[in-house]
Amino acid sequence: MALKRRSIKDSRGESTLFRVRAMVGFALILLGLGVLVGRYQYLQVQRHDEFALRSENNRVKPRAIPPARGLIYDRSGVLLADNVPAFRLEVVPEQVPDMKAMLSDIRDVVPLGDDDIETFRKQLKQNRRFDSVPLKLHLTEDEIDRFAINRWRFPGVDVVPYLTRRYPYGPLFAHVVGYVGRIDADDMNRLDADRYKGTSHVGRSGLERSYEDILHGEPGYELVEVNADGRVQRVLETHAPTPGKNLYLSIDVRVQKAASDAFDGRPGSTVAIDPRNGQVLAMVSVPSFDPNLFVNGISRADYTTYTTDADKPLLNRALKSAYQPGSTVKPFLALGGLELGVRRPEDTVLSTGEFCIPGQQRCYRDDTRGGDGTVNMVRAIEKSTNTYFYKLALDMGIDRLASWMGSLGFGKKTGIDLIGETEGILPSREWKATRSKYGWFPGETVIAGIGQGYWNVTTLQLAHATATLAGHGTPYAPRLVMATSAVKEHAVPLPNPPSGPSLIRKPNDWNVVNQGMEAVVYGAGGTAMQAGVFKGFPLTVAGKSGTAERFSRRSNDYDTNKNLAYLATRHRAWFIGYTPTEAPRIAVAAMLESGAWGAADAGPIVRKIMDAWLVSTGGAVPPSKTPEGPVTPIGVPDVPDDTPVATPADMPALPAESSSTAAPDDGGNP
Amino acid sequence: MIDALQIRLQRLLRRIITRPRIDLPLAFGLFVLACVGLMTLYSASGGNMAMITGQAARFVMGGFLLLLISRIPPSVLRSWTPWLYAGSVSLLLVVAALGEVRSGSKRWLDLGVLSFQPSELLKLTMPMMVAWYLHPRQLPPSWKDIIVVGILIAIPAGLIAEQPDLGTALLVSAAGAFALFLSGMRWWKIGSLLAAVGAMVPVAWHFLHEYQRNRVRTLLDPESDPLGNGWHIIQSQIAVGSGGMFGKGWQHGTQSRLDFLPEHTTDFIFAVFSEEFGLVGVIGLMLLYAFIIGRCLWIAMEARDTYSRLLAGAIGMSFFVYVFVNGGMVAGMLPVVGVPMPLVSYGGTSAVSLLTGFGVLMSIYANRKVHD
Repeated sequence: MALKRRSIKDSRGESTLFRVRAMVGFALILLGLGVLVGRYQYLQVQRHDEFALRSENNRVKPRAIPPARGLIYDRSGVLLADNVPAFRLEVVPEQVPDMKAMLSDIRDVVPLGDDDIETFRKQLKQNRRFDSVPLKLHLTEDEIDRFAINRWRFPGVDVVPYLTRRYPYGPLFAHVVGYVGRIDADDMNRLDADRYKGTSHVGRSGLERSYEDILHGEPGYELVEVNADGRVQRVLETHAPTPGKNLYLSIDVRVQKAASDAFDGRPGSTVAIDPRNGQVLAMVSVPSFDPNLFVNGISRADYTTYTTDADKPLLNRALKSAYQPGSTVKPFLALGGLELGVRRPEDTVLSTGEFCIPGQQRCYRDDTRGGDGTVNMVRAIEKSTNTYFYKLALDMGIDRLASWMGSLGFGKKTGIDLIGETEGILPSREWKATRSKYGWFPGETVIAGIGQGYWNVTTLQLAHATATLAGHGTPYAPRLVMATSAVKEHAVPLPNPPSGPSLIRKPNDWNVVNQGMEAVVYGAGGTAMQAGVFKGFPLTVAGKSGTAERFSRRSNDYDTNKNLAYLATRHRAWFIGYTPTEAPRIAVAAMLESGAWGAADAGPIVRKIMDAWLVSTGGAVPPSKTPEGPVTPIGVPDVPDDTPVATPADMPALPAESSSTAAPDDGGNP
Repeated sequence: MIDALQIRLQRLLRRIITRPRIDLPLAFGLFVLACVGLMTLYSASGGNMAMITGQAARFVMGGFLLLLISRIPPSVLRSWTPWLYAGSVSLLLVVAALGEVRSGSKRWLDLGVLSFQPSELLKLTMPMMVAWYLHPRQLPPSWKDIIVVGILIAIPAGLIAEQPDLGTALLVSAAGAFALFLSGMRWWKIGSLLAAVGAMVPVAWHFLHEYQRNRVRTLLDPESDPLGNGWHIIQSQIAVGSGGMFGKGWQHGTQSRLDFLPEHTTDFIFAVFSEEFGLVGVIGLMLLYAFIIGRCLWIAMEARDTYSRLLAGAIGMSFFVYVFVNGGMVAGMLPVVGVPMPLVSYGGTSAVSLLTGFGVLMSIYANRKVHD
């Protein structure tokens, strides 16, 4: 059957049929391949530009290079704020398949605080998906190792080197230089996102904050090639960042150290200013804190220790604590009396131990029982005769007093290059009107004459006023930073012109007040003379002590308790001074929160600062050594002291390298 | 006895090597294709020498199989055909019963030393079976023959589609269908059959797995899920499109080198090729494929009998299905199915089974019509 069937098969016809079908089939195949080529032509020619761009966007990602923060040096080039390499954990959001799972899983590898997570989340919202966001800063070596082993589990997460801030002098400059802190959610709202891309820290306090703009620099960027996991393969193009400018403080680290040591841990503050230009030569607030703890997030325990300390180490007393200045206002008042024509130098006042406003019952005391007898202005300053100044204040009247003292900077901000200074209180009708429904009483004028009553001044204000006085009345806003320098360039001084014309119109007025203040130091009745504060100091010093009562007098009895520890709980000790009186170059104000007597307790602080200052300027080593001994010069070329404003040539050689290094690149090709 | 066998085997081997009875142009075309494949693989794998040597070894093994099978006369192959078909379909049943599951589908049969996909066998035994069935029949085939052939195709194709392996099922059915087409099936019958298949599409949609439906959906709108299902299609098109007219140059394809392109050594290797060699390279490779297919059809026309003709023609034409489906998938024209680019994609089974098929062609060539 089958055989028969095969025999009748038309094999030639089949062959022809097949030939036709094969050719039709081949034609269809060519058509199919043609369609395919057409599609490729469409993709590769027509839409090539679009896909070429998408391919580039796939592989090339811009990455911000944060600028290296400017360094901070002291007057002679000693490093106060440095950048040191550290490692942090960074996340590129678009490469993390499941952010929630990643955040919970990674905690087993690298411990994360709730703060870390919260900041991370907020930063996440503000960043573009391919910008990396720091998750945890300052990784320990142990954490780095553990993450390296587990890295494969966390695509889009990497350990990245960065520069972190270090303050080699720790607490010594904490209140001046301040510190940087990690950028948090609030900062994100306030800062220019483009300028801070890739930057993890921002100035939080002190100069780090007030000079943030100059210290920060301008970020650069690089184009990197990444693979599908987002791992950087190589760097294609780099646009280097511009590092922040370096700051040069007018403070000499040795003077600062001496000033700090002089407090011996007792709460207080001191500020030294160069009267010729407003440059701050020392600024200390005791107690202080370690700024390094704040840089990468302070632990709760450390922070609690600081905030619960009764002495408030985080408070910059020089700037933010205002107290009654006591007798330290007297020289300023005396100058006002002369300038306003209320007193002549030779005018005398009889001090009987008590001064009563004519027609009133209330009387005001002298410090010395029985009074100082007949005193002229010089004697009144020397002996700090209250009656003289009660009367002077009354004769000036509160309006003229307030106006004059206000011109010396009391009751307003000094304009120092730090943020957050307090204005204090300048007693005046205007001030009282805002606080009380009662009018001004003459008695209030009387006690204002001796720095009591409503008065509140900061150490900075007092130092500023002292410097203005020492500089023959020419006011300068205090300045901590005297120069800035871009990387590999000479330092450029920051100009600080006088903030106004001289307050003293008659040169002799100054001479009289100066004479009185010299008498405080050298006269037989001077408080500083009696305490022997400036014994052996080679330059002529003018000064004035102040002992302000922290509590108002409750009875008419004289307090006979002479126990110093007891008095210290009741008194605040002040001392102001400047030297050399022929041409003053340093003016100092010091305050001890709990000091028994101004001259005996605050005076030595001023003395020690002047000693250290003298050494730092290359002056004679004082013959009578302070217990700590003068700080030995550390062999750094010094800024010539008599130049009012440092010129570039005066600046020490800049350690440019240390700040020119940008944040190192991670994992690129060598 | 054993000695005699050994001597015969040695003689055969010597003859295979020294006097190969093969079509040189076709062999040359395949050789060039294999070289292009290895070169592309070198770039796509990032210079992974283990993969290159592995693939080259498979080419050598496939080539040897090609030579060996070219010695078997088509008449012998024809007589074995029902058994080979029955055997391979039984293996499919075995797989369905106790196959090894890999990445969600049951395709593999583990034989201890090696594991393989019995579905690969059908790529050859299917056209053989159809050719065998149609060989003694009166051609063009009647409706009855068409229905029988349809059943012969449907049984294994159904089993493979069930694994699920739609790509192979497609290739297997195409191979059988081409044999039917080449047998001279009337155009109006082809037309009505295609219409019937077209009408079945909505029904078939119901039988597709959810992931298969998603593949079709993403093909229509890949940007709807660019990081998930659309990723393959988008990245592949970016690779192809960014290649442009002349390509980025060998080993300079960023899409594959940086791992944006998934499966860039296997199913999507043609995207790497297109990215690096551009439209010029694509046209060149298409011409090479066209040459190979054309040569297959020429051999089919020269074949001595119906069985050889249909078999050779079906093998040649199903080669086109590989190219078209894979090329279309890479270009975002067809849904993602696991069909490799023949002799270019990395992977052993397909290379070996393809070369075995070409062995059959060589055998048919060796036993072609003798022209007077």
